[in-house]
Formats: sequence, C-alpha cells, structure tokens
Amino acid sequence: MTRFRRRKHRLVLTFTADEAVLLAGMLRNLVELLYDGMPPRPAPAADDPLAVLAEAEGFDGPTAPPEDEVLKRLLPDAYSGDDQAASEFRRFTERGLRDGKAADAKLVIDAIEAGDSDVELGPDDQLPWLRAINDLRLALGTRLGVEEDDHDFWESLDPEDPRRVTYDIYDWLAYLQSALLHNIS
Amino acid sequence: MVTTAPSELESPETGTSVEPDLPWVTIVWNDPVNLMDYVTFVFQTYFGYSKAKAEKLMWQVHKEGKSAVSNGSREAMERDVEAMHGYGLWATCEKS
Repeated sequence: MTRFRRRKHRLVLTFTADEAVLLAGMLRNLVELLYDGMPPRPAPAADDPLAVLAEAEGFDGPTAPPEDEVLKRLLPDAYSGDDQAASEFRRFTERGLRDGKAADAKLVIDAIEAGDSDVELGPDDQLPWLRAINDLRLALGTRLGVEEDDHDFWESLDPEDPRRVTYDIYDWLAYLQSALLHNIS
Repeated sequence: MVTTAPSELESPETGTSVEPDLPWVTIVWNDPVNLMDYVTFVFQTYFGYSKAKAEKLMWQVHKEGKSAVSNGSREAMERDVEAMHGYGLWATCEKS
C-alpha cells in the first residue's frame, strides 16, 4: 500500500514497485487516448494569412464530440441543448484541454520514473497529480459503468469477475486521491 | 444545519447598474465518480471560495444533481467551464 509522509513543504509518496508500474502504465494509456484521433497541429502555410492567424489563435480544434465514451466524459459538451455553441466551444478549447491533461499525466509519469520508490511532490506538483489521478478515475469509472450509490454492488463482485481487478484499481486511486487531498490541505 | 457563510457570488441587487451580459452561469453537474472532497477542493482552489461555501455548493451538486457555481459574462463562464473540464468536473454554461 502506498505510504504518505511529509518532509517540510514536500509530500513524499512511497509506491510499491507494482503500484509504480501500474500507475505509469495507466497514465501512458491515458496520454495515448488523449492524442488518439487528434491529427498533429498542421504547420500553417506561410502564404495563407488566415491559416496563420487561425493557428496563432488556436482556432483549429475539433468541432464534434469524441466518439470514445471516456474521451466524451473527459471532454464533455459545454452547452446542453445548443449544439452550435457546444461545437464552437470545442473548437476553441478542446485541443488545449487535451494538451493540459496529457501534460498533467506526463508530469506524474516522469516523477514516478525519475527515481526510486520514493516520489517527492512539491507545492507545484499537487494540482497536476490530483487532476491526473482524477482523470484516471473518470476513465476507469466510465469503462466500468460506475453509477451513483452502487458501491455495494462493486464490493460484492465475484473475485473471478473480470471487472473485479479494474474496480480494485479504481478504488485504490480513490484512496490515493483522498490521501493526497488530506495531506495537502 | 444552516450555513452562514456570506455569498461571494456577484449579487445583482448590490450593483447600481446591471450589465446586460451578466446573467450567465456555470453549472456543475453531479457524476458518480468524482470524490466529494475533490469537488470541494476544486471549488476552493479555482474560485477561491471559503471551505463552507465550497462544501455547500458540493452538497447541492450531490443532492440536487447540479449547482450554479459562478456567474458573470458569457466569456467568463466559458473560462470557468473550461477550467472545470480541466479538473474533470462535468460543467456547462447557460443563460440563467
């Protein structure tokens, strides 16, 4: 089980080797998913001022919601019942949101893989960690089909059920997030 | 239980002039995954709300399914919604 302790203004997490590999692996999958289907930013043609402007302003994001159910949850519509406004919002913001989530995940991956089993979190690391772990919980919870107040169902799931191991990881991430919140506030 | 935390939302009654573009709100919706403590933390961290106010909004999201967590111009609400999505909260903006 992951251990937490404080060292001055830093928080030190001690992962088991399995936990470190698991967490980094899941975050890597998340980064892949975030960039899945996203074409790389095209280099604007220098002789097309409109394209250059659009690139500079970042007006080049997707306009339709992602098809994948996890991405749809991570990047939801900003307007309900107004497809045009939702589409415009997406065009201006979705690429940045994907980049931000991927950057959070990469920061955590780098921290886990930088050293030994101890990972030190400074004050600036806390938000990216909380957001990345939350995105992982959203991804697993969406894939599992977690619903409101169904804790008992998951807890009583047969150990042989293939969803069991995913739920246990989902539960461990909740522990990790709670412990982080508890130790920084 | 009564919460006595003062409202930190901009209140239309206190202003002498009502801006025409003000009545937009950021709505945060309940979802089965996000931890209550995390939602409260996000409201405190991003909006700078007191713990009492952040918890009140979190409970409203949890019990009533949604809560208007900020109000202002449409542009400001879109910024808030974008930030909420960054934190993994399910948020939309609408005209109140």
